[in-house]
Formats: sequence, structure tokens, C-alpha cells
Amino acid sequence: MGFLTGLFWLFATIAAALAAGWLFRAAAIAASPQGLAREFRTMPLTASFGLLMILIYILVAIFAPALAPFSETEIVGREYMPWDAVHLLGTDNLGRDMLSRLIYGARNTVGIAFATTALAFVAGSVLGLLAAVVGGWLDQLLSRAVDVLMAIPALIFALLLLTIVGTSILNMILVIALIDSTRVYRLARAVAMNIVVMDYVEAAKLRGEGTWRLITREILPNAMAPLVAEFGLRFCFVFLTISALSFLGLGIQPPTADWGSMVRDNATLISFGDITPLLPAGAIALLTVSVNFVVDWQLHRASGLKE
Amino acid sequence: MSHIWTMIAKRLALGVVTLFVVSLIIFLGTELLPGDFAQEILGQAATPETVAALREQLGLNDPMHVRYANWLGDILQGDLGESLANGQSVSDLIGRRLGNTLALAGYAAAIAVPLSLMLGILAALFRNSVFDRAANASALTSISFPEFFVAYILIFFLAGAGGMFPSMSNFRPDADFADFLYRAFLPALTLTLVVTAHMMRMTRAAIINLLASPYIEMARLKGMSPMRIIVRHALPNALAPIINVIALNLAYLITGVVVVEVVFVYPGLGQLMVDSVAARDMPVVQGVALVFAAAYVLLNLTADVLATLSNPRLVHRR
Amino acid sequence: MTETRDVLLTMKGLRIEGRADETWTEIVKGIDLTLHKGEVLGLIGESGAGKSTIGLAAMGFARDGCRISGGEITFDGIDLRAASEEDRRHLRGHRIAYVAQSAAASFNPAHRLIDQYAEAPVRHQVMSRAEAERDAVDLYRRMQLPNPDEIGFRYPHQVSGGQLQRAMTAMAMACRPDLIIFDEPTTALDVTTQIEVLAAIRDIVDQFDTAAIYITHDLAVVAQMADRIKVLLKGEEVEEADTRTMLTAPREAYTKSLWAVRSFARPEQAPVGGGTPVVSVRTVTAAYGSVDVLHDVSFDVHARRTVAVVGESGSGKSTTARVITGLLPPRRGEILFNGTALPPDYRKRSRDQLRQAQMIYQMADTALNPKLRIRDLIGRPAQMYLGLQGKRLDTRIRELLSLIELEPDDYIDRLPSELSGGQKQRIGIARALAAEPQFIICDEVTSALDQLVAEGILKLLDKLQGEFDLAYMFITHDLATVRAIADEVVVMKDGRVVEQGPKTQMFRPPHDPYTELLLSSVPEMDPDWLTGVLGKRRASG
Repeated sequence: MGFLTGLFWLFATIAAALAAGWLFRAAAIAASPQGLAREFRTMPLTASFGLLMILIYILVAIFAPALAPFSETEIVGREYMPWDAVHLLGTDNLGRDMLSRLIYGARNTVGIAFATTALAFVAGSVLGLLAAVVGGWLDQLLSRAVDVLMAIPALIFALLLLTIVGTSILNMILVIALIDSTRVYRLARAVAMNIVVMDYVEAAKLRGEGTWRLITREILPNAMAPLVAEFGLRFCFVFLTISALSFLGLGIQPPTADWGSMVRDNATLISFGDITPLLPAGAIALLTVSVNFVVDWQLHRASGLKE
Repeated sequence: MSHIWTMIAKRLALGVVTLFVVSLIIFLGTELLPGDFAQEILGQAATPETVAALREQLGLNDPMHVRYANWLGDILQGDLGESLANGQSVSDLIGRRLGNTLALAGYAAAIAVPLSLMLGILAALFRNSVFDRAANASALTSISFPEFFVAYILIFFLAGAGGMFPSMSNFRPDADFADFLYRAFLPALTLTLVVTAHMMRMTRAAIINLLASPYIEMARLKGMSPMRIIVRHALPNALAPIINVIALNLAYLITGVVVVEVVFVYPGLGQLMVDSVAARDMPVVQGVALVFAAAYVLLNLTADVLATLSNPRLVHRR
Repeated sequence: MTETRDVLLTMKGLRIEGRADETWTEIVKGIDLTLHKGEVLGLIGESGAGKSTIGLAAMGFARDGCRISGGEITFDGIDLRAASEEDRRHLRGHRIAYVAQSAAASFNPAHRLIDQYAEAPVRHQVMSRAEAERDAVDLYRRMQLPNPDEIGFRYPHQVSGGQLQRAMTAMAMACRPDLIIFDEPTTALDVTTQIEVLAAIRDIVDQFDTAAIYITHDLAVVAQMADRIKVLLKGEEVEEADTRTMLTAPREAYTKSLWAVRSFARPEQAPVGGGTPVVSVRTVTAAYGSVDVLHDVSFDVHARRTVAVVGESGSGKSTTARVITGLLPPRRGEILFNGTALPPDYRKRSRDQLRQAQMIYQMADTALNPKLRIRDLIGRPAQMYLGLQGKRLDTRIRELLSLIELEPDDYIDRLPSELSGGQKQRIGIARALAAEPQFIICDEVTSALDQLVAEGILKLLDKLQGEFDLAYMFITHDLATVRAIADEVVVMKDGRVVEQGPKTQMFRPPHDPYTELLLSSVPEMDPDWLTGVLGKRRASG
């Protein structure tokens, strides 16, 4: 029985998602100028659905205080109240409103993940590009250091570092940014290496251009497409890592509303057949799926253009 | 052939060096720990005298390189120190749980590797078909799911009230193999779902990348069947990337185990690590991290060597 | 002689479409073709003519992104378009075989040559594995491969390009097909290798009386190989005739223009100014790592003169350019500019020294930053070296565009991707001119272009040289280019200069033996040339 209803919901969700994607694409084509509209027309439904979802998440994160019926930390009732008219999704293990915390979670979890990714990305790509352009000892030094840091699995390394520096939001951002910047460095360096050997870069060097101009004018514009895609993928990784840490009780600390720890705090309900704790987990999954769909489309487009 | 062994020997040496540096980083972790290690053990109530005595006993007054040498020497003899929480030998703690974690990872790998290779090859063969698109979309979806989400969904549908499988893997050490397979099924399935998607996508991409090569067109113009082209002409050249993907995912299995073990209360290394991090039980965290890192380095090393051996350009020199 | 033979292959009104940007456009527009048994038909045309596409269609095959949209293809009574994919598959490699342009890329790197040889005969059940291996050795011997008994047991990367191309022809012969498609089989080879491969291909096609479609852009090559020639332009037939008629009396204007390209040559220029050369390479020895790749290279380039540096791949001609530009500081020797020594490393050179020596690259695609507009590509050197800004810069860019014969208003805001190959190369020239240099290195600037376009570029370079008294160093492997534009020639082999002197002297014997070999290997438009050269070589060697 449980299996069949599950199957039904699965198909219903997929159908609804595709329909939403289709509508959004139609709207996007209608609302955007000629050139952009052409891009949207070739967009697969999955990517369109992804874009729509990302937009919704951003809106929810920005307008969280206006959307949430209660505050993030206020105790409004008994523990584990079922869904009703006032508390649409019931209450959590301390009696806080589930829906409100879910909405604020968009702000906290996504915001922190975004900040971390941005930090990792800036550090990793600047160093990666620099290593590729300057080469020599700088490249050797950075690359060997990154090799060693990457020899330790990411989650384990994060746990180790967090034990050392202690668990706080700032520490977590720094630790994860450090670990992820190594991955960004690798990619940025590899992409830049392919561009550095191009004749137009040689021509610019022979013209006497400085390193800064080489990077900003000759290399960066040509490395943008893979780097943007990488940003999306990195965001997913960071987001999942932060969620995992929070789920393990080592990430974002209470009483801040966060999706990972919300799952952990209310997990007991699942054994009783209540799906409420799956909602924050689903919120995490939905955003990563959406980002992945969009990135996949962009990557496909970039590789398609090359042929 | 001798040059290939030199190459492999070099790679092995590099692996040893990496492990050495990793051990250094892990050791420095303790050094950077804010507060006094001896104070940490004894708690705030301890008198300065007892703390000083413990420092002496633990050798904390020696210079750093001496302590590192001692620590490394102990590790090489299998002694990882004692837990701050309960005074048990870390080696024993790890030894008891390492087998469980490896069994779970192996269980998942045994399902995931053949399954994902097969799906990847089929998706490449029928690329752009409905099967391929569906497989791709669902792979992308399951990559995006946090492990605990997958785990709880499985628990929700397959365990719980009237479910077929236990949600807690509280098996006894004397359980037989069939019982293990049954009790560890849900955690293994969770891990399988998470890694299969990634491996399948990468296998497909590695093969499709090659399908644009002139030698694939040549095989088609020699009248070879599509299946033969994939298996005989594309696959051997895709081995290196595929081996790397498998290694990457096996390594991922080892870390992914941490979350899954916590969800299913599975008595493995990951569980131990999480508990110790929460308690800031440094010797245990160090020990477990070292074991995980060693496994990770070893896997990547094996993949590198296998990928080298699969490349005729490297094996057969001019 | 062909009239008495049976017809093997016919195409009627063949149309093929290719997909770009989600729409189908026709790339082959109604081609008729008849091929008799044992006959060799040459298909020639520039890039985009549809030659390869037609060749593949003869196997009932269309590349991914292409589709055969109309017409008939009949091979030995079988309608290839109506036949099932299974039936077509059985013909490929068995009765119709294919020889690709790049043998190095078309052999599977994971398998030995002999395994790849045996694959078609065993799979198509023509012979057993053991028979196929014996047969391979026999064919390797006929293709004059060295060590025919053991070469099959090597992997592709262990065999040289010319040998691989012969092994690929042997592989195509494995099932003794009725028809072989040769798709530019010698284009990627050096001239001295090309002549051997051409001879081997012609012999084996004769021996087994195989029909062939020979695709190439090189008239002189097709003249040696084909009984009849069909000229194609943008997917349409221009004309068709037997080889001798086509060479001596082409009917159509397009064909005549193709023929005329080869006769462009300018008179030798007198040097201007005093005796000091603009650039003087003095006893340069250079190395990559610990291996010397240039040995004691010396030559001078004077104002208003063109020095062609000629050699095959690996001869060190591009390395010489890298030494001059300062990318590879030499181990010994020096570069003089107007009599003054330049710092060996480009990073140590002054801005003015950098400005004086400019470079034009072979692949205009990779030489222009794809994200910058023409305005910025050409404007940057003028802005940087000459300090031009705003209105003056804009005027200068337009002037430069007019110089390279591109309409300024039309092109100034385009991206490189919106230009044709020849136009991109012109932008490369304009960028070099923008620095107002005395000396320009042209690195194989025409070898990636079609002949008619290449001729335009050469004429432009010639005109600019006269206008600005430029000194050119022209790196090329193509002796026709040398004949067209050089005043002096430097012949290089294995990092050494084997001979140098004025062009008029170079094309007249006696020569260094290597120069002789190089000169005699360049195909000529005479159908008897190959037979003649081989006869002479056998007689003397």
C-alpha cells in the first residue's frame, strides 16, 4: 500500500513539475526580448523548472519575515502538534511553528551556503588563474598544497577542522570555504591552462601586456562559461555539506532555523508515519535538483556550441 | 615494461609522502587546539599540580618535533593513543568498528558498481532516447538529494509501521551473513542510490565523449554493430576515466557512510567520529580521520595505477 | 577504356542536409555520379564543397547531424537508401571500404594494428582469424611497410604517420572491396612522405583492380591518382571530365581560377636602405630542456624583402620564430635588430623593441581572442604602443580595416566568430600592422586556408610590404607559397640550415640532396609526374 501511494505521488509530482516548467518557459519567452527568448525556447523543461524554483527560493529568502506567520524562535504551542489551520505544518520538538522555521530556513541555510560558495569561489579561482598565468614556483607551491589538502576526504577534513576550531557558523563557513576552494582551484587552473596555450594569449604576452590585463581581458572572458557552471555545482556541494553537518549537529547551531538540524530534531516522527520532518530535507533536495538542472542545461549548451 | 614499474613505484612513493603530510596536518590539529590538552582531560576542577603532572606524563612538555616523532612511531606500531572520554585504546575502538564500515561500503559497492556501469553503457548506446533522458534526469535528481533525505524516504516507505526492513541496524556481532545482508539492506541501498547516479552519468559521459572520435567513425565504416563499437572500440579507451570515477565514488562511499551510519544507528567508524567530534575527543577524531584518509589515498593510488596500466600508450612505449 | 566496364556505383540527384541551430540546411544539392568497376574518380573542391559528405554517402552513411534527404544511391544493383541498416552495415568494410584523412586518429589507440586489420574480414565472415593475419602480412609487404612480419603487432602510437596511412590502406583492402573511398589520405603528411604513400596507394589499387573515389583539395595529387575528375563547389557540381582534358582544357571559370592560383608569383624585390639587415639571426643554438633543437642557425632579413624558411614538421622553423620573438631564449647566439642585439627574453625587451617585431599566426581561430570585438583586437596595439585614444584611435582602426580590404562600418563591431577564415587572417594582419612594425613573422599563414583565399592573403601581404617597406620572415612547408612570395629561401632540416640563397638560385640545380628531395617531391599538375619521379629515383637509387 505504502509503496503504491508513493509511486502515485512520485508521478503526480513529476507531472506537476513538468507542467510548472512548461508554463514558466512560456512566460519567460513572452516576457523577454528577442535574443534571450531564443535561448529560452531551446531550454529543456527540467531547466525551466529549475529556474522557476531558484527564483521562488530567492523570493522566499528575501521576504521571509513577511511570509512567515510566526517568528523563527518563538515557542507557540505544544511539541509535535499535528497540522491544523493555525500551524499549517504543525510544531516541532520544542513547540515552534514548523512552517515559519521552514521559511526562515531558506534565508539561513541558503544564505550561509551562498556566502561560503562565493568565498571558496573567489579564493579558488583567483589563485587558480594566477597559477596558470604565472606558472613556475607559484604554480608548483599552490598545486602541491592543494594536492595534499585534497588527499583527505572533504567531510572528514571538515569534521577534523571543526573539532580543532570549534563549531560556530563563522568557523564552518571558513572551514568549508577552504576545503571547497581547493576543488575550485583545480578547475580554474585546468580551464586557464587550456586558454594560456592559445595563440592570442601568446600574442598578448609578446605585445607586452601585464599579468592583470592578461587575466582580465584575455583569459577570464573565455573561462567564464565553465566557471559559472562550476559555481552552480560547487553551491550544491557546499549546500549538501552544510546540511549534512547541521544534520549531524555540528553545523548551524540552534536556535537558528536550519533545514539540516530541523530534520535531525524531528526525525523521530518518521517512524510514526509522519512526513513533516521530510519537508526540510525535501526543501534541500529541491533546491539542489533545480540548480543541477540549470547547470546541466548550461553545460550541455556550452558543449553543443563547440561541435 | 620496466619503465611502467618505475612509474608505478614513483606513484607509490608519492602516496606515502602524501600520507605522511596528512599525518602531519592531523597532528598539528592537536597543537592548534585552543586550551590545554591536559586541562581538557581533567576538567576545570583539576588543580594546577595535577595538570602539570599529567602534562609531564603525556610528554606535552617535549618540543613539538619530538612529540610528532613519538606520535608517528606509536601509530606505526598500531598505537593510536587513548580516548579522552572513556580511556579506551583508540586502536581497539577503531578496530571494532572498521570491519562494520568496510562491510557496509563493500555491500553498497557490490550493487552500485556493476549496476552503474551497465546503466551508463546502456544510456550511451541509446543516447537521446526516452530511456537515456529518464535515466539522466533521475540520476541528476538523486545526486542532488542529501543522503539523509534518501535514507528517511526509504525508512518512510520500506521500514516503519508494517515495513519490510528494520530501520535500525542494531545487529549482533555473532549475526550470520544472511542476517547482515537483511539488516544492513536499507543503509546499503541508500548509499547505492547516492553513488550509482554519479557513476552512471560519468560512465555515459566518458563513452559519449569518445563516440565523436575518428576511430569510432572508422569502426562504423567497417560495418561493426553498435554494441561492438561501444564494448570493443569505445570502452577500452574510456577505462581510465571510468576507473577514476569508480575510485572517486568508492572514496565517497567511505565518507558518505558517516551520515548514513548516523541515520540508521549503524555501529561503524562514522558514528564513532561524529560522537567524538561532538565531545571534542581529539585522539579518537585523529585516529578515525587518519584511517579514512589512508583509505582515500589508497583508493586514489589504486585507481591511478590501474588507469596507467589500461593505457597502451604508457604500457607499450615506442 | 572505362566505357566497356560495368557500372559499380551511381548517384542520382543526391541531396544531403546538415543541421545547424535546430534547422536543416542543404549541403549537397543534387549530385549525379557514375563510377565503373576498376575506375578511380577524383572529387576535388575547397572546404564546404561537400566532397567528404558525398564520399560517405557512397557507403550509405551520413555523419551525426547530417541526413540524406533526396536522390538515389545504387551500389552494384543494391539501392542503398532502401536497404536496411543491417544490409548496409554488411556492405561497409566488406565491399565498400574507407580510408580516412588522419590515420593517427582513425586507428583505435587501444588495439594492435593487426587486430584492427582482422576485425572486418572476421566479422564479415570473409576469412578466419589466422587467414586474416597471414593476409595482413602479405598486404603490409605489398604496401612496402618496413618489417611487414612484425609491424602489425604494434600499437598505432608506435608507428609513424606515413606508415599508419599505408597500414590503413592495407586494412581497407582486407576484404578485397569493390570500392574504396579515399578521404584526403595524404593531406596531413609531409611532402616527402606523401609521395611514397601516393605511390603505394596507386600500386595496390591497380593490382586488385579496385574502383575508388579519391577526395582531395590538391589538384596535383588528384592528377596522379584519378582517371576522371569531378570539380565541386558548395555542394554542386561545376564540371566533370577525364583527367587529361580537365587539366589542359577546363571549361568553367571556377575551375580555371583554381588552376591559375598555382601560377601566382611576384618578381624578386630589390632590398632598400643600407646594408644593415632589419633582423639578423646569428649562430643560434636553442634547446627544449636538455635537447638541442636548433643548431647554429644564421640568416638575415632585409627591409622590403621576404625570407621564406622552408622545412617539414620538426625541422625547427617554428622554433626559430620563437627564438626571434624572445619566447625561447637561445643557448648560444643572438638576434640583432638593425644591428643592435635584442635581449634574449621577451620580458626584458623594451616596448618599442616588442612593437618592431610582430607575428601573424597559422590558425586565425586561436590567434584572435573570441570574446573581443574587431575594434578592440586591432585597436589595442595602436592604443598601447602609439598612445592613440578616442577619435584618433577610431580613425586609425578604420584606416587599418580599409588597408586589409574590409569595409570598416561593416566589420568594426563584429566578433571573430562572425568572420570567415580568410577574413580572420586579415584581422591578424591588421593587428600586426597596427603596431607599425618593421618586421613581421608569418607562421604558415596560408596553410589552413583554401587556395583561392590563400592567394588573396599572399597578394595582400605583398601589397603591404611595398607600401610600408616591411621585412617578412615567411615560415612554410609549401613550396608553391615560396615560389609565389619569397625573395630568399632558407631550407631547414632537423634544426639545421641545409641551404640558403636567393629564390631564383634555389629553384635551379645543383642542390643539397635534401633540397633536391624536397623539391622533387612536390606534386605537379602533370598526370605522368608521379610515374616519372619514381622512375628517376629508382634509376638513381
